[in-house]
Amino acid sequence: MTGPTTDAPAVTAAALALGDDALVLSHRLGEWAGHAPVLEEEVALANIALDLLGQARILLSRVGDEDELAYLREERAFRNLQLVEQPGGDFAHTIARQLYFSTYQAFLYAELARTEGPFTALATKAVKEVDYHRDHAEQWTLRLGDGTVESHTRMQRAVDALWRYTGEMFQPIDGLTATHGTDWAALQASWDESIGETLRGATLTLPETPRSGAWTAGAGRQGLHTEPFGRMLAEMQHLHRSHPGASW
Amino acid sequence: MTSVTAQDRTTAFDAAVAADERIEPRDWMPDAYRATLVRQIAQHAHSEIIGMQPEANWISRAPSLRRKAILIAKVQDEAGHGLYLYGAAETLGTGRDELLDKLHSGRQKYSSIFNYPTLTWADVGAIGWLVDGAAITNQVPLCRCSYGPYARAMVRICKEESFHQRQGYESLLTLSRGTPAQHEMAQDAVNRWWWPSLMMFGPPDDESAHSAQSMAWKIKRHSNDELRQRFVDICVPQAETLGLTLPDPELKWNEDRRHYDFGPIDWQEFHEVLKGNGPCNEQRITQRRRAHDEGAWVREAAAAYAAKHDTARQTAQTAQTAQTGQATQTGQGTQAEQAARAEQSRQAGQPGQAVQAGLTSRPAQTTAAGEATA
Repeated sequence: MTGPTTDAPAVTAAALALGDDALVLSHRLGEWAGHAPVLEEEVALANIALDLLGQARILLSRVGDEDELAYLREERAFRNLQLVEQPGGDFAHTIARQLYFSTYQAFLYAELARTEGPFTALATKAVKEVDYHRDHAEQWTLRLGDGTVESHTRMQRAVDALWRYTGEMFQPIDGLTATHGTDWAALQASWDESIGETLRGATLTLPETPRSGAWTAGAGRQGLHTEPFGRMLAEMQHLHRSHPGASW
Repeated sequence: MTSVTAQDRTTAFDAAVAADERIEPRDWMPDAYRATLVRQIAQHAHSEIIGMQPEANWISRAPSLRRKAILIAKVQDEAGHGLYLYGAAETLGTGRDELLDKLHSGRQKYSSIFNYPTLTWADVGAIGWLVDGAAITNQVPLCRCSYGPYARAMVRICKEESFHQRQGYESLLTLSRGTPAQHEMAQDAVNRWWWPSLMMFGPPDDESAHSAQSMAWKIKRHSNDELRQRFVDICVPQAETLGLTLPDPELKWNEDRRHYDFGPIDWQEFHEVLKGNGPCNEQRITQRRRAHDEGAWVREAAAAYAAKHDTARQTAQTAQTAQTGQATQTGQGTQAEQAARAEQSRQAGQPGQAVQAGLTSRPAQTTAAGEATA
């Protein structure tokens, strides 16, 4: 891993936001190991977790020491979206979370790859991975939505439950707006269109409930997280913190 | 006439095995040979997927991001090995669903080693070094197994396993040379995993039920005791380099035999664990069953979706065929041919069953993922 670069503070903050998204979602996907509904999904979910972890390591290493950042920060210092910290739930929840996030990441990274700026190189590499993640989530959304009555019910429930965390994705990240000229309204429009089309294809109903809570709008990016996140960090950081200064 | 034909087939089979030729799915083979292979391949496949559990136990707590990537990649490889192996069993006419059912109902076994718990992070390293090391010692000869699909699956698996083994060794070395607490963690793990690893080679030769016939069929190439000795001889100098002690006071070089002598194995423990009385037998199979049961609605959904959309595709295809006047082959072919197709699709990295169920999966990232990000 390369050492931290001398990025402007806004760019560092952007690296942290994107890096934390990838780190936290990777961790959540890793929780499926040994629990997936079919062997092919053991392979696929681990694949996605690995891709995201790879992205997280590159991004965090831009900011500082990757392990110090992952293991020694307190909950409020994490800048990930609340969406990615949500527990896996049943397979439908995992797929809904993945669909929402991968679609966001696919549009955002395609834009970052297309424009010249501090994240062009990373996005160019990651966009291929992310396209696969998105395809995987879309295929499963179709199968579950248009599969059996039970899978339809579960998928609709998951799509509805996670909807409230989707508004936060389009809160501008200043470090990207300033360097890559990211157009957040256009990003949201593309996302809305794509998700709408996938859900329709899957015979699911697009939720109409609020996309952000009254006081939680943009909260993850500002360090305010949901209840399950503290528990997740406690588990993730425990061993590292128990041996201060040790190398692994 | 028929008895002569049967005799001819047996003679041809025996000659092929004797000449070290590969038996392929389309070839005739004795029923007992087929049954032995299915039992062995199934047990191996089950071991891969049950073996994911003790290591996955540490993914969420891996103490560095580099180690976490290595561990996820390793557990993923084990799932991939399960896929290759269930694919190999499929070429013998036994599908994955049937084998999983036998695992879940206790009619087929997996390696007893996975009935031991992973109590600390160092256990992940010890499993890599000792358990994967023992598995490689057992499995390298299987790359020359007389049954083609199994031998080819083993070539891939052994490559990845030896990568895992080096990673485990390196992780253990880092711990051993780390803080006193880390060193103690590494020693404790080796103390607990050493003897169960020796048991992985199975009972002593004079008590091994299936060995003689399997060796005659060249499914197996070396005896349990031979392989066990080979493993001990490899481990002793490695333990010295690690700066860790193997928990056997009788371990010492025997100049006459040109091998290390080692103390008696507690076969009573082995048989107890085999019977189901190990520390984690219940836990492992319960988790496996739960994952399978809780995933039933997902598999049903995939099958229902595939059926709906395959029907739509087939209708379109039939219409097109009728237009062009081409005859469609309606027969499914012989079982052997189907099996051969399954093998072909497996070799192409697409598990036959998965294709049927309409599932997609990108081929496993190589374990190099862990290394590349290191």
